[in-house]
Amino acid sequence: MITTVGPFNATSSRSTRFLGLCLLLGIPALILFAFIFSPEDDSMEDAVRLLYIHVPVAIFSYIAFGVTAVGSICYLWKRSRWWDTTAHASAEIGVMFCGLTLVTGSIWGRPTWNTWWEWGDVRLVTTLVMFLMFIGYLALRQVPASPEARAKRAAIVGIIGTINIPIVNRSVEWWENSTLHQQSSLTDGNLENLTLFTWFLGTLVIGITYLWLLIHRFRVGWLETEEERLGYGAAIEERQAEAHGLDVGSTGIPEEGENE
Amino acid sequence: MLADSWLIARKDLQVEIRSRIIINQIAPYTLLIMVLFGFALDANTQTLRDTAPGLYWVAILLVALLAIQRGVQIEDADAARDRMLLTPVSSSSIFLGKSLALFVQLLVLEVLLFFVMMVLFDTSVEDPLLVCLSAFVATVGIATSGTLYGVIASGVGVRETLLPILLLPVLAPVAIGATRTFGDAFGRVNADGWAWFGLLVVFAVVYTVLGMFSYGQLLEEE
Repeated sequence: MITTVGPFNATSSRSTRFLGLCLLLGIPALILFAFIFSPEDDSMEDAVRLLYIHVPVAIFSYIAFGVTAVGSICYLWKRSRWWDTTAHASAEIGVMFCGLTLVTGSIWGRPTWNTWWEWGDVRLVTTLVMFLMFIGYLALRQVPASPEARAKRAAIVGIIGTINIPIVNRSVEWWENSTLHQQSSLTDGNLENLTLFTWFLGTLVIGITYLWLLIHRFRVGWLETEEERLGYGAAIEERQAEAHGLDVGSTGIPEEGENE
Repeated sequence: MLADSWLIARKDLQVEIRSRIIINQIAPYTLLIMVLFGFALDANTQTLRDTAPGLYWVAILLVALLAIQRGVQIEDADAARDRMLLTPVSSSSIFLGKSLALFVQLLVLEVLLFFVMMVLFDTSVEDPLLVCLSAFVATVGIATSGTLYGVIASGVGVRETLLPILLLPVLAPVAIGATRTFGDAFGRVNADGWAWFGLLVVFAVVYTVLGMFSYGQLLEEE
Protein backbone atom coordinates (compact mmCIF):
# COMPACT_ATOMS: atom_id res chain seq x y z
CA MET A 1 0.00 0.00 0.00
CA ILE A 2 1.48 3.32 -1.06
CA THR A 3 1.22 6.11 1.46
CA THR A 4 -0.49 9.35 0.53
CA VAL A 5 2.05 11.78 -0.85
CA GLY A 6 1.23 14.40 -3.45
CA PRO A 7 -1.83 14.21 -5.68
CA PHE A 8 -1.69 10.43 -6.10
CA ASN A 9 -2.21 7.91 -3.31
CA ALA A 10 -1.96 4.88 -5.60
CA THR A 11 -0.84 4.21 -9.14
CA SER A 12 -4.22 2.90 -10.21
CA SER A 13 -7.34 4.91 -10.89
CA ARG A 14 -10.64 4.50 -12.67
CA SER A 15 -9.03 5.34 -16.04
CA THR A 16 -6.15 2.86 -15.64
CA ARG A 17 -8.55 0.16 -14.47
CA PHE A 18 -10.61 0.76 -17.62
CA LEU A 19 -7.48 0.58 -19.78
CA GLY A 20 -6.38 -2.57 -17.93
CA LEU A 21 -9.76 -4.16 -18.60
CA CYS A 22 -9.45 -3.28 -22.30
CA LEU A 23 -6.06 -5.00 -22.32
CA LEU A 24 -7.45 -8.07 -20.57
CA LEU A 25 -9.90 -8.41 -23.46
CA GLY A 26 -7.60 -7.12 -26.21
CA ILE A 27 -4.55 -9.32 -25.64
CA PRO A 28 -6.40 -12.68 -25.86
CA ALA A 29 -8.30 -11.34 -28.90
CA LEU A 30 -4.99 -10.36 -30.56
CA ILE A 31 -3.51 -13.80 -29.82
CA LEU A 32 -6.57 -15.49 -31.33
CA PHE A 33 -6.58 -13.33 -34.45
CA ALA A 34 -2.79 -13.45 -34.89
CA PHE A 35 -2.35 -17.20 -34.48
CA ILE A 36 -5.69 -18.74 -35.46
CA PHE A 37 -8.05 -16.56 -37.49
CA SER A 38 -5.65 -14.65 -39.77
CA PRO A 39 -4.20 -16.53 -42.76
CA GLU A 40 -0.50 -17.04 -43.41
CA ASP A 41 1.19 -14.80 -45.98
CA ASP A 42 2.04 -16.03 -49.48
CA SER A 43 5.69 -14.96 -49.28
CA MET A 44 6.38 -14.59 -45.53
CA GLU A 45 4.25 -17.59 -44.50
CA ASP A 46 3.81 -17.84 -40.70
CA ALA A 47 6.49 -15.19 -40.04
CA VAL A 48 3.87 -12.57 -40.93
CA ARG A 49 2.30 -13.15 -37.50
CA LEU A 50 5.30 -11.51 -35.84
CA LEU A 51 4.48 -8.27 -37.67
CA TYR A 52 1.29 -7.85 -35.63
CA ILE A 53 3.60 -7.08 -32.69
CA HIS A 54 6.80 -5.89 -34.42
CA VAL A 55 5.29 -2.99 -36.40
CA PRO A 56 3.08 -1.60 -33.56
CA VAL A 57 5.92 -1.68 -30.98
CA ALA A 58 8.21 0.04 -33.51
CA ILE A 59 5.59 2.77 -34.10
CA PHE A 60 4.97 3.29 -30.39
CA SER A 61 8.69 3.33 -29.55
CA TYR A 62 9.04 6.31 -31.90
CA ILE A 63 5.93 7.91 -30.36
CA ALA A 64 7.34 7.31 -26.86
CA PHE A 65 10.66 8.98 -27.73
CA GLY A 66 8.72 11.83 -29.34
CA VAL A 67 6.78 12.30 -26.08
CA THR A 68 10.13 12.31 -24.21
CA ALA A 69 11.42 15.07 -26.52
CA VAL A 70 8.24 17.14 -26.05
CA GLY A 71 8.35 16.56 -22.28
CA SER A 72 12.01 17.61 -22.19
CA ILE A 73 11.35 20.83 -24.13
CA CYS A 74 8.35 21.66 -21.92
CA TYR A 75 10.40 20.96 -18.78
CA LEU A 76 13.12 23.42 -19.83
CA TRP A 77 10.42 25.94 -20.72
CA LYS A 78 8.11 25.63 -17.71
CA ARG A 79 10.39 23.92 -15.14
CA SER A 80 7.47 21.68 -14.28
CA ARG A 81 8.06 18.35 -12.55
CA TRP A 82 5.00 17.02 -14.35
CA TRP A 83 6.75 17.27 -17.74
CA ASP A 84 10.00 15.85 -16.41
CA THR A 85 8.21 12.82 -14.96
CA THR A 86 6.29 12.35 -18.22
CA ALA A 87 9.54 12.47 -20.26
CA HIS A 88 11.18 9.92 -17.98
CA ALA A 89 8.19 7.56 -17.94
CA SER A 90 7.83 7.68 -21.72
CA ALA A 91 11.58 7.09 -22.29
CA GLU A 92 11.50 3.93 -20.16
CA ILE A 93 8.59 2.51 -22.12
CA GLY A 94 10.20 3.67 -25.38
CA VAL A 95 13.40 1.78 -24.56
CA MET A 96 11.39 -1.34 -23.73
CA PHE A 97 9.39 -1.09 -26.98
CA CYS A 98 12.54 -0.29 -28.98
CA GLY A 99 14.27 -3.37 -27.53
CA LEU A 100 11.21 -5.46 -28.42
CA THR A 101 11.30 -4.02 -31.96
CA LEU A 102 14.92 -5.09 -32.39
CA VAL A 103 14.35 -8.56 -30.92
CA THR A 104 11.14 -9.31 -32.85
CA GLY A 105 12.67 -7.84 -36.02
CA SER A 106 15.71 -10.04 -35.63
CA ILE A 107 13.59 -13.15 -35.08
CA TRP A 108 11.49 -12.21 -38.12
CA GLY A 109 14.58 -11.49 -40.23
CA ARG A 110 16.14 -14.92 -39.77
CA PRO A 111 13.52 -16.91 -41.77
CA THR A 112 12.60 -14.01 -44.09
CA TRP A 113 16.00 -12.46 -44.94
CA ASN A 114 18.12 -15.43 -43.85
CA THR A 115 20.05 -13.29 -41.38
CA TRP A 116 19.64 -12.14 -37.77
CA TRP A 117 21.14 -8.72 -38.50
CA GLU A 118 21.88 -6.63 -41.59
CA TRP A 119 24.31 -3.73 -41.20
CA GLY A 120 23.31 -2.11 -44.46
CA ASP A 121 19.67 -1.69 -43.42
CA VAL A 122 18.94 1.92 -42.59
CA ARG A 123 16.00 1.32 -40.27
CA LEU A 124 17.77 -1.43 -38.32
CA VAL A 125 20.91 0.57 -37.60
CA THR A 126 19.02 3.82 -36.90
CA THR A 127 16.75 2.00 -34.44
CA LEU A 128 19.76 0.39 -32.73
CA VAL A 129 21.58 3.73 -32.33
CA MET A 130 18.36 5.33 -31.04
CA PHE A 131 17.99 2.46 -28.54
CA LEU A 132 21.57 2.99 -27.31
CA MET A 133 21.09 6.77 -27.02
CA PHE A 134 18.04 6.36 -24.81
CA ILE A 135 19.78 3.66 -22.75
CA GLY A 136 22.27 6.45 -22.00
CA TYR A 137 19.38 8.78 -21.16
CA LEU A 138 18.04 6.26 -18.63
CA ALA A 139 21.54 5.75 -17.19
CA LEU A 140 21.77 9.51 -16.66
CA ARG A 141 18.42 9.46 -14.83
CA GLN A 142 19.82 6.98 -12.32
CA VAL A 143 22.79 9.19 -11.41
CA PRO A 144 22.64 10.50 -7.85
CA ALA A 145 22.03 14.26 -8.08
CA SER A 146 19.46 16.81 -6.98
CA PRO A 147 16.12 16.27 -8.79
CA GLU A 148 16.39 19.66 -10.55
CA ALA A 149 19.96 19.08 -11.79
CA ARG A 150 19.11 15.57 -12.95
CA ALA A 151 15.95 16.74 -14.71
CA LYS A 152 17.79 19.54 -16.53
CA ARG A 153 20.62 17.29 -17.74
CA ALA A 154 18.19 14.58 -18.80
CA ALA A 155 16.02 17.11 -20.66
CA ILE A 156 19.00 18.37 -22.68
CA VAL A 157 20.12 14.80 -23.47
CA GLY A 158 16.54 13.90 -24.45
CA ILE A 159 16.31 16.83 -26.87
CA ILE A 160 19.80 16.30 -28.35
CA GLY A 161 19.08 12.58 -28.76
CA THR A 162 15.97 13.37 -30.75
CA ILE A 163 17.73 15.99 -32.91
CA ASN A 164 20.47 13.44 -33.61
CA ILE A 165 18.09 10.79 -34.97
CA PRO A 166 17.65 12.36 -38.47
CA ILE A 167 21.45 12.79 -38.77
CA VAL A 168 22.01 9.14 -37.82
CA ASN A 169 19.29 8.09 -40.23
CA ARG A 170 20.81 10.06 -43.09
CA SER A 171 24.32 8.80 -42.38
CA VAL A 172 23.21 5.16 -42.39
CA GLU A 173 21.19 5.76 -45.55
CA TRP A 174 24.27 7.11 -47.33
CA TRP A 175 26.46 4.45 -45.78
CA GLU A 176 24.90 1.54 -47.60
CA ASN A 177 21.85 3.01 -49.33
CA SER A 178 20.10 -0.31 -49.00
CA THR A 179 17.27 -1.80 -47.05
CA LEU A 180 15.91 -5.29 -46.70
CA HIS A 181 12.67 -3.85 -45.34
CA GLN A 182 9.89 -4.05 -47.88
CA GLN A 183 7.73 -1.02 -48.62
CA SER A 184 4.81 -0.60 -46.28
CA SER A 185 2.30 -3.31 -47.05
CA LEU A 186 -0.34 -1.07 -45.55
CA THR A 187 0.10 1.81 -48.00
CA ASP A 188 0.55 -0.62 -50.90
CA GLY A 189 -2.87 -2.10 -50.09
CA ASN A 190 -1.39 -5.62 -50.20
CA LEU A 191 -2.89 -6.77 -46.93
CA GLU A 192 -6.00 -8.91 -46.96
CA ASN A 193 -8.99 -7.89 -44.86
CA LEU A 194 -8.38 -10.15 -41.87
CA THR A 195 -4.64 -9.51 -41.89
CA LEU A 196 -5.29 -5.78 -41.99
CA PHE A 197 -7.82 -6.04 -39.15
CA THR A 198 -5.35 -8.04 -37.01
CA TRP A 199 -2.64 -5.46 -37.68
CA PHE A 200 -4.99 -2.67 -36.58
CA LEU A 201 -5.96 -4.69 -33.50
CA GLY A 202 -2.26 -5.16 -32.65
CA THR A 203 -1.67 -1.41 -33.01
CA LEU A 204 -4.67 -0.66 -30.78
CA VAL A 205 -3.56 -3.15 -28.09
CA ILE A 206 0.04 -1.87 -28.09
CA GLY A 207 -1.25 1.72 -28.02
CA ILE A 208 -3.42 0.99 -24.96
CA THR A 209 -0.47 -0.86 -23.36
CA TYR A 210 1.71 2.24 -23.90
CA LEU A 211 -0.92 4.52 -22.37
CA TRP A 212 -1.55 2.19 -19.42
CA LEU A 213 2.17 1.80 -18.68
CA LEU A 214 2.76 5.53 -19.15
CA ILE A 215 0.14 6.52 -16.58
CA HIS A 216 1.35 3.95 -14.03
CA ARG A 217 5.03 4.76 -14.56
CA PHE A 218 4.29 8.47 -14.34
CA ARG A 219 2.59 8.01 -10.98
CA VAL A 220 5.39 5.79 -9.66
CA GLY A 221 7.92 8.41 -10.83
CA TRP A 222 5.93 11.17 -9.17
CA LEU A 223 5.81 9.23 -5.89
CA GLU A 224 9.56 8.52 -6.14
CA THR A 225 10.50 12.20 -6.47
CA GLU A 226 7.97 13.18 -3.81
CA GLU A 227 9.42 10.60 -1.44
CA GLU A 228 12.93 11.80 -2.29
CA ARG A 229 11.91 15.42 -1.60
CA LEU A 230 10.08 14.59 1.62
CA GLY A 231 12.90 12.27 2.62
CA TYR A 232 15.44 15.08 2.35
CA GLY A 233 13.15 17.42 4.30
CA ALA A 234 12.61 14.85 7.05
CA ALA A 235 16.34 14.15 7.29
CA ILE A 236 17.13 17.89 7.59
CA GLU A 237 14.45 18.34 10.27
CA GLU A 238 15.83 15.33 12.16
CA ARG A 239 19.37 16.74 12.08
CA GLN A 240 18.12 20.17 13.17
CA ALA A 241 16.19 18.61 16.06
CA GLU A 242 19.31 16.71 17.07
CA ALA A 243 21.37 19.91 16.92
CA HIS A 244 18.88 21.84 19.08
CA GLY A 245 18.79 19.04 21.62
CA LEU A 246 22.57 19.08 22.06
CA ASP A 247 24.52 21.16 24.52
CA VAL A 248 27.29 22.53 22.33
CA GLY A 249 30.41 24.06 23.79
CA SER A 250 31.88 27.47 23.10
CA THR A 251 33.58 26.15 19.96
CA GLY A 252 30.25 24.96 18.57
CA ILE A 253 31.55 21.40 18.41
CA PRO A 254 29.71 18.85 20.61
CA GLU A 255 31.82 17.49 23.46
CA GLU A 256 32.72 13.81 23.33
CA GLY A 257 29.90 11.63 24.63
CA GLU A 258 27.30 14.41 24.57
CA ASN A 259 25.34 12.93 21.72
CA GLU A 260 25.16 9.46 23.23
CA MET B 1 33.44 36.70 -27.35
CA LEU B 2 36.24 35.14 -29.41
CA ALA B 3 38.90 36.83 -27.26
CA ASP B 4 37.28 35.33 -24.14
CA SER B 5 37.08 31.92 -25.80
CA TRP B 6 40.76 32.11 -26.65
CA LEU B 7 41.56 32.93 -22.99
CA ILE B 8 39.66 29.84 -21.80
CA ALA B 9 41.28 27.67 -24.48
CA ARG B 10 44.73 28.98 -23.61
CA LYS B 11 44.14 28.19 -19.93
CA ASP B 12 43.17 24.57 -20.70
CA LEU B 13 46.06 24.14 -23.12
CA GLN B 14 48.55 25.56 -20.61
CA VAL B 15 47.32 23.05 -18.03
CA GLU B 16 47.85 20.26 -20.56
CA ILE B 17 51.28 21.50 -21.63
CA ARG B 18 52.42 21.60 -17.99
CA SER B 19 50.94 18.24 -17.01
CA ARG B 20 51.91 16.51 -20.33
CA ILE B 21 49.14 13.93 -19.81
CA ILE B 22 48.18 13.96 -23.49
CA ILE B 23 51.72 13.37 -24.75
CA ASN B 24 52.99 11.10 -21.96
CA GLN B 25 49.92 8.93 -21.45
CA ILE B 26 47.14 9.34 -24.01
CA ALA B 27 49.38 9.34 -27.13
CA PRO B 28 51.13 6.06 -26.14
CA TYR B 29 47.70 4.58 -25.40
CA THR B 30 46.65 5.49 -28.95
CA LEU B 31 49.70 3.74 -30.33
CA LEU B 32 48.87 0.70 -28.23
CA ILE B 33 45.34 0.57 -29.68
CA MET B 34 46.74 0.52 -33.23
CA VAL B 35 49.15 -2.30 -32.31
CA LEU B 36 46.26 -4.27 -30.78
CA PHE B 37 44.27 -3.85 -34.01
CA GLY B 38 47.25 -5.40 -35.81
CA PHE B 39 47.19 -8.37 -33.43
CA ALA B 40 43.40 -8.73 -33.70
CA LEU B 41 43.47 -8.79 -37.51
CA ASP B 42 46.15 -11.46 -37.62
CA ALA B 43 48.96 -9.30 -39.07
CA ASN B 44 47.27 -9.36 -42.45
CA THR B 45 48.52 -6.17 -44.16
CA GLN B 46 45.88 -6.23 -46.89
CA THR B 47 43.06 -6.44 -44.30
CA LEU B 48 44.67 -3.70 -42.22
CA ARG B 49 45.04 -1.51 -45.30
CA ASP B 50 41.36 -1.99 -46.21
CA THR B 51 40.08 -1.36 -42.69
CA ALA B 52 42.58 1.38 -41.76
CA PRO B 53 40.08 4.30 -42.02
CA GLY B 54 37.62 2.62 -39.64
CA LEU B 55 40.31 1.50 -37.20
CA TYR B 56 41.80 5.00 -37.21
CA TRP B 57 38.50 6.66 -36.27
CA VAL B 58 37.64 4.04 -33.64
CA ALA B 59 41.02 4.75 -32.03
CA ILE B 60 40.34 8.51 -32.21
CA LEU B 61 36.91 8.14 -30.57
CA LEU B 62 38.41 6.07 -27.75
CA VAL B 63 41.18 8.56 -27.03
CA ALA B 64 38.73 11.46 -27.40
CA LEU B 65 36.80 9.99 -24.44
CA LEU B 66 39.98 10.10 -22.37
CA ALA B 67 40.75 13.69 -23.42
CA ILE B 68 37.17 14.80 -22.61
CA GLN B 69 37.30 13.09 -19.20
CA ARG B 70 40.60 14.82 -18.55
CA GLY B 71 39.11 18.24 -19.41
CA VAL B 72 36.14 17.65 -17.10
CA GLN B 73 38.41 16.40 -14.32
CA ILE B 74 40.42 19.63 -14.41
CA GLU B 75 37.25 21.69 -13.95
CA ASP B 76 35.84 19.40 -11.23
CA ALA B 77 38.99 19.64 -9.12
CA ASP B 78 39.15 22.41 -6.50
CA ALA B 79 35.81 23.83 -7.71
CA ALA B 80 37.62 25.36 -10.70
CA ARG B 81 34.35 25.54 -12.64
CA ASP B 82 32.71 27.69 -9.94
CA ARG B 83 35.64 30.09 -10.04
CA MET B 84 35.50 30.25 -13.82
CA LEU B 85 31.80 31.14 -13.58
CA LEU B 86 32.68 34.08 -11.32
CA THR B 87 34.65 35.65 -14.18
CA PRO B 88 32.77 38.00 -16.53
CA VAL B 89 32.88 35.50 -19.39
CA SER B 90 29.71 34.30 -21.11
CA SER B 91 28.80 30.61 -21.08
CA SER B 92 28.99 30.53 -24.90
CA SER B 93 32.59 31.78 -24.71
CA ILE B 94 33.42 29.14 -22.12
CA PHE B 95 31.89 26.47 -24.36
CA LEU B 96 33.78 27.67 -27.43
CA GLY B 97 37.03 28.00 -25.47
CA LYS B 98 36.81 24.53 -23.99
CA SER B 99 35.85 23.07 -27.37
CA LEU B 100 38.82 24.82 -28.99
CA ALA B 101 41.23 23.43 -26.39
CA LEU B 102 39.84 19.92 -26.89
CA PHE B 103 39.99 20.40 -30.66
CA VAL B 104 43.69 21.30 -30.55
CA GLN B 105 44.51 18.33 -28.31
CA LEU B 106 42.61 15.92 -30.56
CA LEU B 107 44.21 17.35 -33.67
CA VAL B 108 47.70 16.74 -32.23
CA LEU B 109 46.72 13.14 -31.44
CA GLU B 110 45.19 12.68 -34.90
CA VAL B 111 48.35 13.85 -36.67
CA LEU B 112 50.49 11.50 -34.57
CA LEU B 113 48.12 8.61 -35.11
CA PHE B 114 47.90 9.28 -38.82
CA PHE B 115 51.62 8.77 -39.33
CA VAL B 116 51.53 5.67 -37.11
CA MET B 117 48.73 4.30 -39.31
CA MET B 118 50.65 5.10 -42.51
CA VAL B 119 53.64 3.11 -41.24
CA LEU B 120 51.95 0.20 -39.45
CA PHE B 121 49.07 -0.37 -41.89
CA ASP B 122 50.98 0.56 -45.06
CA THR B 123 48.35 3.04 -46.28
CA SER B 124 48.70 5.74 -48.91
CA VAL B 125 46.63 8.86 -49.51
CA GLU B 126 45.16 9.71 -52.91
CA ASP B 127 43.27 12.88 -51.89
CA PRO B 128 45.18 14.77 -49.14
CA LEU B 129 42.79 17.75 -49.24
CA LEU B 130 39.79 15.54 -48.41
CA VAL B 131 41.74 13.90 -45.57
CA CYS B 132 42.74 17.24 -44.05
CA LEU B 133 39.35 18.92 -44.36
CA SER B 134 37.30 15.93 -43.20
CA ALA B 135 39.62 15.34 -40.22
CA PHE B 136 39.33 19.04 -39.34
CA VAL B 137 35.51 19.09 -39.47
CA ALA B 138 35.09 15.69 -37.78
CA THR B 139 37.31 16.90 -34.95
CA VAL B 140 35.18 20.05 -34.58
CA GLY B 141 32.13 17.76 -34.23
CA ILE B 142 33.82 15.50 -31.67
CA ALA B 143 35.18 18.47 -29.69
CA THR B 144 31.87 20.37 -29.51
CA SER B 145 29.70 17.33 -28.73
CA GLY B 146 32.37 16.05 -26.31
CA THR B 147 32.52 19.36 -24.45
CA LEU B 148 28.72 19.42 -24.16
CA TYR B 149 28.39 15.82 -22.96
CA GLY B 150 31.44 16.24 -20.74
CA VAL B 151 29.65 18.86 -18.67
CA ILE B 152 26.47 16.73 -18.59
CA ALA B 153 28.49 13.86 -17.09
CA SER B 154 30.51 16.12 -14.78
CA GLY B 155 30.18 16.29 -11.02
CA VAL B 156 28.87 12.73 -10.67
CA GLY B 157 30.73 9.77 -9.25
CA VAL B 158 30.08 7.58 -12.30
CA ARG B 159 31.44 10.00 -14.93
CA GLU B 160 33.98 7.51 -16.35
CA THR B 161 31.29 4.98 -17.24
CA LEU B 162 28.46 7.41 -17.98
CA LEU B 163 30.25 9.52 -20.59
CA PRO B 164 30.90 6.69 -23.12
CA ILE B 165 27.29 5.48 -22.86
CA LEU B 166 26.00 8.99 -23.54
CA LEU B 167 28.51 10.15 -26.14
CA LEU B 168 29.42 7.19 -28.37
CA PRO B 169 25.90 6.63 -29.84
CA VAL B 170 25.71 10.36 -30.56
CA LEU B 171 29.02 10.19 -32.43
CA ALA B 172 27.79 7.39 -34.72
CA PRO B 173 27.37 9.79 -37.72
CA VAL B 174 30.94 11.05 -37.22
CA ALA B 175 32.29 7.50 -37.02
CA ILE B 176 30.50 6.50 -40.24
CA GLY B 177 31.11 9.78 -42.09
CA ALA B 178 34.79 10.19 -41.25
CA THR B 179 35.47 6.53 -42.06
CA ARG B 180 33.82 6.92 -45.47
CA THR B 181 35.70 10.14 -46.32
CA PHE B 182 39.01 8.56 -45.34
CA GLY B 183 38.09 5.40 -47.27
CA ASP B 184 37.43 7.50 -50.36
CA ALA B 185 40.57 9.59 -49.87
CA PHE B 186 42.67 6.42 -49.49
CA GLY B 187 41.05 4.93 -52.62
CA ARG B 188 39.73 2.00 -50.60
CA VAL B 189 35.96 2.41 -51.02
CA ASN B 190 33.76 3.63 -53.81
CA ALA B 191 32.04 6.47 -51.93
CA ASP B 192 31.41 10.15 -52.55
CA GLY B 193 33.77 11.51 -49.91
CA TRP B 194 32.67 15.12 -50.40
CA ALA B 195 29.01 14.25 -49.70
CA TRP B 196 30.15 12.70 -46.42
CA PHE B 197 32.22 15.77 -45.76
CA GLY B 198 28.97 17.77 -46.01
CA LEU B 199 27.36 15.53 -43.38
CA LEU B 200 30.32 16.07 -41.05
CA VAL B 201 29.92 19.85 -41.53
CA VAL B 202 26.21 19.60 -40.61
CA PHE B 203 27.07 17.60 -37.48
CA ALA B 204 29.74 20.10 -36.43
CA VAL B 205 27.44 23.10 -36.99
CA VAL B 206 24.48 21.48 -35.16
CA TYR B 207 26.58 20.64 -32.08
CA THR B 208 28.32 24.01 -32.03
CA VAL B 209 24.94 25.79 -32.03
CA LEU B 210 23.39 23.35 -29.51
CA GLY B 211 26.39 23.71 -27.23
CA MET B 212 26.39 27.50 -27.33
CA PHE B 213 22.71 27.58 -26.38
CA SER B 214 22.57 24.82 -23.76
CA TYR B 215 26.01 24.99 -22.09
CA GLY B 216 24.96 27.91 -19.90
CA GLN B 217 21.90 26.01 -18.65
CA LEU B 218 24.13 23.14 -17.56
CA LEU B 219 26.71 25.38 -15.91
CA GLU B 220 24.10 27.31 -13.91
CA GLU B 221 23.07 24.25 -11.92
CA GLU B 222 26.59 23.50 -10.68
